Amino acid sequence: MYFLSDPITFIANWLGNLLLGWGVTQPVVTVILKFIGAGLVGTFGFSLVIFTIWLERKLYGRIQDRLGPNRVGPWGIFQTFPDMIKIFTKEYITPVGADKVVYNLAPILSVSAVLLTWAVIPFAQTIVGTDVNVGVLYLVAVGGIGALGIILAGYSSNNKYSLLGAFRAVAQIVSYEVPMVLALLVPVLLGRSMGVNSLVNAQSIWFVIMSPIAAFIFFTSSMAETGRAPFDLLEAESELVAGYQTEYSGLKFGMFYVGEFLHAFTISALTATLFLGGWRGPWAEQIPILGVVWFFLKAFIVYFVVVLIRISMPRLRIDQMLNFNWKFLTPLALVLLVVTSVVDKLFYIIIPGFNIVGGIIPWVRAGVHLLVNAIIVLITVQILKTHQIKGLQVVRKPRPVAVAPEPPALVIS
Amino acid sequence: MTAEQLIFLIVAAVTLVAGISVVTSRNLIHSALWLILTLFGVAIFYVLLDAGFFAVIQVIVYIGAIAILFIFAAMLTRRVMQDTGPQTNPNWWFGGLIALLLFAGIAFVLINWQGFSSLAPELANPSGRINQLGLALVSLDQYVLPFELASVLLVAGMIGAIFVAGEKKQ
Repeated sequence: MYFLSDPITFIANWLGNLLLGWGVTQPVVTVILKFIGAGLVGTFGFSLVIFTIWLERKLYGRIQDRLGPNRVGPWGIFQTFPDMIKIFTKEYITPVGADKVVYNLAPILSVSAVLLTWAVIPFAQTIVGTDVNVGVLYLVAVGGIGALGIILAGYSSNNKYSLLGAFRAVAQIVSYEVPMVLALLVPVLLGRSMGVNSLVNAQSIWFVIMSPIAAFIFFTSSMAETGRAPFDLLEAESELVAGYQTEYSGLKFGMFYVGEFLHAFTISALTATLFLGGWRGPWAEQIPILGVVWFFLKAFIVYFVVVLIRISMPRLRIDQMLNFNWKFLTPLALVLLVVTSVVDKLFYIIIPGFNIVGGIIPWVRAGVHLLVNAIIVLITVQILKTHQIKGLQVVRKPRPVAVAPEPPALVIS
Repeated sequence: MTAEQLIFLIVAAVTLVAGISVVTSRNLIHSALWLILTLFGVAIFYVLLDAGFFAVIQVIVYIGAIAILFIFAAMLTRRVMQDTGPQTNPNWWFGGLIALLLFAGIAFVLINWQGFSSLAPELANPSGRINQLGLALVSLDQYVLPFELASVLLVAGMIGAIFVAGEKKQ
């Protein structure tokens, strides 16, 4: 029964005891187990992408009134495998004048930055890669490496479109990191910890209920970090060919592609972990393996929303995107952070004055935070209303860029 | 030899090689990349010293922000991307002197140090350490003054950046 309810821990214990029995010392056993775990999580991430690529293409097709992939396997579910084989066999083209080492390093960095995130995501109460006590900061740190991969790709390709795309990408990623980090601090405040698993443990009431604004800001800014529609202007094909990945071919392009899809799923998993309670659900604490089911259920629901937004929204302009970040998300996140911390502190100072039963205190706290969030939303909407654009403002008459020449008289007659 | 010592030796070798390559590599972007590897090595040392918080902050601040700033500055500056040209400027002897003095000072301190052969002691209270750090930064009899000074400096820097970059209203 122990094996059925918690197989990963069971296998890890069994393997550890086996190695100890062979005379290996405890630290070495820990290192070996961590390496095996890292390999498994990495492989799992890549295998998950095979599924999510199919899922996304299918949803894309359905929304555009097409069938989507439907040839290989039932419902086209194995379509990704032929695509994979095709991309493996393609030729690697290195442009003349490219910085070879950096050129080859960039795709690896951008995929590994996404894969590294999975090290701290708890799949279930007992199934965690590494439960570091600074997990939230770790997530931020890893995001920085992704930006590095993109800028190196743009620089080393020796192509002006790549470089312009990389500049846009880094402007976008570095800017959107600010509201993302500020929004990440709200769960840290509410959960009183920076470890990801202890944040999940603290969510007897989901943080999305206690602070919906933080969830919204985190979700939006991490959508922007992935660089997908509506924030995909770092590879706007009408302006920049394909952005920083223009010169990449074969598996190197595949790495960027896989990295993007994995990133999209990773942000869904992070949102599910930090705001939707992660592995929490009925009986998840008694039967840890059930936590995996709840976790992936939540992650896929969020992923569905991510895909829906990607499919249905038009691309933003670069100034709109940066204005949205610096003039709306960042001030909102700052206000939310200050207000949340003050309210939470005041709550714990004031609450002993009232005679409330101990079990109900978390619910009262959640209610107070929800109320404060609602007030912030109302004030924000009022401020936005006073700044809205009232009607179109015509600065001057439109000027024709080119005037068609008068047709010769012969043609008219 | 424990696994920790093995990791330390490998990381130390990589960090040293990367650190030397920062100053010897001719391409400025490559220098920045070697610098990132060096800083990453330092982050791993923090992990080995059981200071996960500092390791992560090292990666966020130095790799996520400063190194990217370096790369941007190098890319946006004219005529620094080419591999030709002298690697030193007229002040090289002064820099060399300072480096030598620094090395001599550290070597002098380390000669009298007895702790080379001893293992790092186990730190007490692993989970509450970040709390202690945070409390020390805001408690009156510890580090509140340096902390506030650093905050004021950063705010001044931010205001200055906004002033320099902002539109001048005539």
